Amino acid sequence: MEKLLIAEFQNEYDLVDSVKAVRAAEVEVVDAYTPYAVHGLDKAMDLKSSRLTRICFTFGFIGLLVGVFGQYWVSAVNWPINIGGRPWNSLPAFMPVAFEVIILFAGLGTVFSFFAWRRLKYGKPGLQPSLRVTNDRFYLVMKQGQQRKSSAPVSEIVMAHHGKMVEN
Amino acid sequence: MADHQISIREPQIHGNKNLNDVTNEVCNIMDRKPTWLWWLGISLALSALTLGIVSVSYQIATGIGTWGLNKTVGWAFDITNFVFWVGIGHAGTLISAILFLFRQKWRTSINRSAEAMTIFAVICAGLFPIIHMGRPWLAYWMFPYPNFRGPLWINFRSPLAWDVFAIGTYLIISATFWYFGMIPDLATVRDRAKNKIKKFFFGALSLGWNGSYRVWHRYETVYALLAGLATPLVVSVHTVVSFDFATSSIPGWHTTTFPPYFVAGAVFSGFAMVLTLMIIARKTLKLEDYITLNHIENMTKVIIVTGGIVTASYATEFFIAWYSGNGFEQFVFLNRALGPFAWAYWIMVGCNLITPQFFWFRSIRRNVTIVFILSIFVNIGMWFERFVIIVTSLHRDFLPSAWSMYSPTWVEIGTLIGSFGLFFTLFLLFIRTMPMISMGEVKAVLHYRGKEKE
Repeated sequence: MEKLLIAEFQNEYDLVDSVKAVRAAEVEVVDAYTPYAVHGLDKAMDLKSSRLTRICFTFGFIGLLVGVFGQYWVSAVNWPINIGGRPWNSLPAFMPVAFEVIILFAGLGTVFSFFAWRRLKYGKPGLQPSLRVTNDRFYLVMKQGQQRKSSAPVSEIVMAHHGKMVEN
Repeated sequence: MADHQISIREPQIHGNKNLNDVTNEVCNIMDRKPTWLWWLGISLALSALTLGIVSVSYQIATGIGTWGLNKTVGWAFDITNFVFWVGIGHAGTLISAILFLFRQKWRTSINRSAEAMTIFAVICAGLFPIIHMGRPWLAYWMFPYPNFRGPLWINFRSPLAWDVFAIGTYLIISATFWYFGMIPDLATVRDRAKNKIKKFFFGALSLGWNGSYRVWHRYETVYALLAGLATPLVVSVHTVVSFDFATSSIPGWHTTTFPPYFVAGAVFSGFAMVLTLMIIARKTLKLEDYITLNHIENMTKVIIVTGGIVTASYATEFFIAWYSGNGFEQFVFLNRALGPFAWAYWIMVGCNLITPQFFWFRSIRRNVTIVFILSIFVNIGMWFERFVIIVTSLHRDFLPSAWSMYSPTWVEIGTLIGSFGLFFTLFLLFIRTMPMISMGEVKAVLHYRGKEKE
């Protein structure tokens, strides 16, 4: 396995600039570790936008079907009760509950999909380059591959952006 | 480059902090020993809660007859408290979701505690309908599930059934949103924890969060989606609560303006409660750098707007009553303003119409003591609004021989005080056990570019 290179930075701007620089030198960026969601780093790392929006819509749509047909089945098929002469299928009256079910399904579905995808689960230990990730330090994890010959070595690029290499 | 723009705005967070300062100052609130003020607060809150438990136990053991209700006034104190507490909750979601979608960065230092306030307020609210059932041990009958009574399903045409779904969904989604937003901060607490219990507890709750940016990127997407879902949800919840009244045929309740009127009123009262809590928190926990005068000023501006909508609603109700030509409708509104409950009506008008007008003045918006006092007046006014809507519309109905008055018994007042006790107990425990300021979000608005000397 190739060796991973880890660089440490003290603020978000140095990290983002450094990501751009090492990528320009064709060094592969594996991941970055940051204390907060750094603005603009997704573009610098060229991350694809998430598919979770579609997951959210799908769960919401399932919620709509469950909400509407569930109420229909209960009120008109399984055990119809005459309440004030209202029609069995009182669709307008079913809308508020259907709406809440959409929100419930979409919200919980999205969050649990995220947990499952990112393997976040109850009681899992956090594995990170340093405990300071969650406090005040930014780390960049790179893979030393076929770096372009003409460019400076990774450590120099990192130094130029006020970072320092960390022993792996 | 966009990254290197010079900010001409005043910074969100004062005190020229670095990232480590934020972590330490927020976590220190949990680490240091509680102050005498906290002990005083929790003893008062627990005493109030005890009174509430005694009142509710007595009521459940004896029956709803312990309340001041009668044949004419079948809904009064209990439903007033329910609508009041649901309304309080709305500001939290507004701050956490709607202001997030509008990119209002100032929300970062208050959103965590405002969301906590939402959850605790909704818990308090949810208790009242359950108590009102008289047989709360059968509360699960509210949910549709296959059963051996038919199967007898719930009536989905009833606004009260809508309420169950609206409040239930609201509680679940708010709690999810709150916890989800807290995961990175829980990891921060985990990584700096010294003692074993804390390490275990926060290690379990932080789900192995490691600050990986690839996860952050997805996390931000989910957060935005939850905000997008919570926004229509919060509007729908108070809309459904207003349907409890608006879909009935009682004059004074049977109004199409109720949904926007109730939602605006909810945000109005909720922001007042956020102000009350935040002013106490910033003073006692010394968070002046995080919850600045600008935050307070922004919240008072929301109060001016929503107070204006509430005022317009009061005027609209009277206008429509006159314009409808319906004698019963006209009577209810004249009775509200001039009848035996006129004192409650004018407390409501005084607190809700006049109080926000002070906030037109910048010197008052930035005076913490006056804002604190005015915020309490708004809370009182909004409680009375619900009382006025519910009781004055009922107590003189179509048949003068059925007219009656209503006054609460000690059981009802004890239950109200108990709900405040529950709310403040939960809030004070929250301050001690969870990071009450969203560190991850505050750090992002610091625009910190400093470099420490090695």
